[in-house]
Amino acid sequence: MAQIRALRRVASLLTTPLAPEDIINLVNPLASARQLRGVVTKVVRETPDSTTIHFRPGRGWNPHAAGQWARIGVEIDGVRQWRSYSLSAAVGHDPAITVTAIGFVSTALARSTKVGDILFLDTPQGDFVLPEHPRPLLMLTAGSGLTPVMSMIRTLVPRRPDADVVLVHSARTRDDALFHDELLELADQFPGLTVRHWFTREEGGRRLDLSDVTDLETLCPDWRERAAYACGPTDFLDAATELWERDGDDATHAGLTIERFAPVLLEGSGGEGGLLTFEKSDKEVEAGGDVPLLEAGEDCGVVMPSGCRMGICRSCLVPLVAGKVRDLRTGEVHGDEGELIQTCVNAAAGPVHLDI
Amino acid sequence: MTATTNRPTTTPLEAAATGVAEGTAPTTRNRKPVLAASGGPAKRPSAAAHLSDADVEQLGTELDALRDRVIASRGAADAAYIRRVIRVQRTLEVAGRATLLFSKKRTAFVAGTAMLSVAKILENMEIGHNVLHGQWDWMRDPDIHSTTWEWDFVTPAAAWKHTHNDLHHTWTNVLGKDKDVGYSILRMDEGQPWHPGNLGNPLYNMILAPFFEWGIAIYDLELEAVKDGEKSKDDLKKDLKAMGRKVVRQFTKDYAATPLAAVPFGSGKQALIGTFTANAIRNVWAHSVIFCGHFPDGVDTFTEEEIEGETRGDWYIRQMLGSANISGSKLMHLMTGNLSHQIEHHCFPDLPSNRYHEVAVEVREICERYGLPYTTGPLPKQVYQAWAKVFRLALPNRPRPLPKNAARAVNAPVPPRPSALPMVAGVG
Repeated sequence: MAQIRALRRVASLLTTPLAPEDIINLVNPLASARQLRGVVTKVVRETPDSTTIHFRPGRGWNPHAAGQWARIGVEIDGVRQWRSYSLSAAVGHDPAITVTAIGFVSTALARSTKVGDILFLDTPQGDFVLPEHPRPLLMLTAGSGLTPVMSMIRTLVPRRPDADVVLVHSARTRDDALFHDELLELADQFPGLTVRHWFTREEGGRRLDLSDVTDLETLCPDWRERAAYACGPTDFLDAATELWERDGDDATHAGLTIERFAPVLLEGSGGEGGLLTFEKSDKEVEAGGDVPLLEAGEDCGVVMPSGCRMGICRSCLVPLVAGKVRDLRTGEVHGDEGELIQTCVNAAAGPVHLDI
Repeated sequence: MTATTNRPTTTPLEAAATGVAEGTAPTTRNRKPVLAASGGPAKRPSAAAHLSDADVEQLGTELDALRDRVIASRGAADAAYIRRVIRVQRTLEVAGRATLLFSKKRTAFVAGTAMLSVAKILENMEIGHNVLHGQWDWMRDPDIHSTTWEWDFVTPAAAWKHTHNDLHHTWTNVLGKDKDVGYSILRMDEGQPWHPGNLGNPLYNMILAPFFEWGIAIYDLELEAVKDGEKSKDDLKKDLKAMGRKVVRQFTKDYAATPLAAVPFGSGKQALIGTFTANAIRNVWAHSVIFCGHFPDGVDTFTEEEIEGETRGDWYIRQMLGSANISGSKLMHLMTGNLSHQIEHHCFPDLPSNRYHEVAVEVREICERYGLPYTTGPLPKQVYQAWAKVFRLALPNRPRPLPKNAARAVNAPVPPRPSALPMVAGVG
């Protein structure tokens, strides 16, 4: 390792201002000094709408824990787009994500990814992970909320004879249910896994009801004795949280861990301004919809980079953490996480968080 | 803070800003103007004097629409273009240096030097200049981004982005504001007062050409602004340190590491000559292309009074009147980093360079329709005109070309007549 580092230093004398990786990249697309990458090794169609993408990450990736997620970057129409996806592969295997074609980025990933494509990666994160000590578990999932739990099941069930997992998974139809056959096979093979599918259409359109304990008592009578993990749409998780707060109250109550995969987004449509938060400077200010972010920042003492102040020179770029901004030139409301904003010609459109 | 006489008058906005800061922070930079929403300057440049406020507004709208159309159509093909250019450039760079390892052989020396020269030209012009302008920022690729890019040029990218993107592109050809008019060492406009030091104009420029990157590096330190108290000594120290680090790295690569690697093949000395030559070729080429941008005949300069009250349309007009194109083949456009489309680049500095070609067709049509000049010509002609100006302006203004700058010439300090005219006088 030390030798490689020394070699790299010598090589960089010849490649400066580029990094040696920038040159190696000519032959190895995974090489980059700046951006972790992965190459797609296998693409599996799971249901008509979802696809599992297996990839081999380049140097710098940390092996994931079961249940973790990673930010995945993909290029669509020449523009890098980032979204977070749960990793569905078992621990110890090359990572994989299972993507359902909802929304612009996921649709492109699910439908157009080919073996050999390059994905841009961030290291795995998240604390929706298995408990340290073995205990009875209840997994409560809906739709694509199954993906992090699938990693847990694949990791735990085949390797631990003492595993005791009940999975309650809700899907619209049997065809829509992710990993349907694999789950049934695992349940068949290993006594430690019980799978209870809930197909809304087969139930006459009735969705799994967590507003009281009836459905849960039927599907998993000993649910109170189990450490519960839930992942799914927002209303599904809200109902579960409420149920556990209300009814999961006995002494042996093992608690509920939830994973929300829709990030809490700030809202705003433009014209009305909003609360500006400068995260690193730790400052907040209410800004009107016609005040450039640059001026608002300067007015409250943030050291804002600046240049021409007319949208030309790009000296004023600041990364957006959350929220939407309005281009004062065109009125266009835009803003993706991580996008670099020209603060001199953009104003807040609702609450905005800037990374400065 | 005392105002020096050769500095332009302060605008009301600046006066207000300095009024607040007076006595507290002598290094506060003046605030930039904001374009007027309507109306226009009291006096438009003579080439645009025939246009009404409404005409200018319409012209601004048309150019804005053109910009929007290109932005809306940016996509995978453009991304593939810049990646292709980068691949070709890096391959040439590696191949060039590798070939120089065997430069004891004459053919290897010529081939290696040629490849490295082309690689360096591409790196500076089509890649570095344009990436640092943010032309590819829309891809959000941190590997090809104005905030992360560093180039094969002694001036650090950050310093250049300030003097070039911020100052030059905002104040294009405004005398006293745009220091690119002569880079603080050459007299490149009749409106700049003459002093005897200007007799060296041609000599300075001849030295500048092969060492252009050093000229730019020194220029980016903004020594004049430090002298005038507009830039603090601390900032200068910081910039000097950054430049020093960059210089060491650049030097090590071209003049130590590459020749050393060639020593085992008995080619150390030739490799050193090769890298030096490649840098010089790149410098002369960059110097030529850049001098074609704003110095050929037909390019206007402006006074601060002329830009007071500028609208977006007026701003576009200044960019068009203040820039000149180079006509030529696709290869010429590539090797000039599409600065052969200087007019389009100045109107839309952050559009991807590969699109200037199609934009040029429309900009030219708009110029014709509005009766505005559109200066263009082949490289040799433009280079000749720029050099002719370097020679001509080594001498004080002659009475002949007065009409446009008459008012300024009267106000300008009367330069002492040189006792003996230099030998170069006849060339201008």
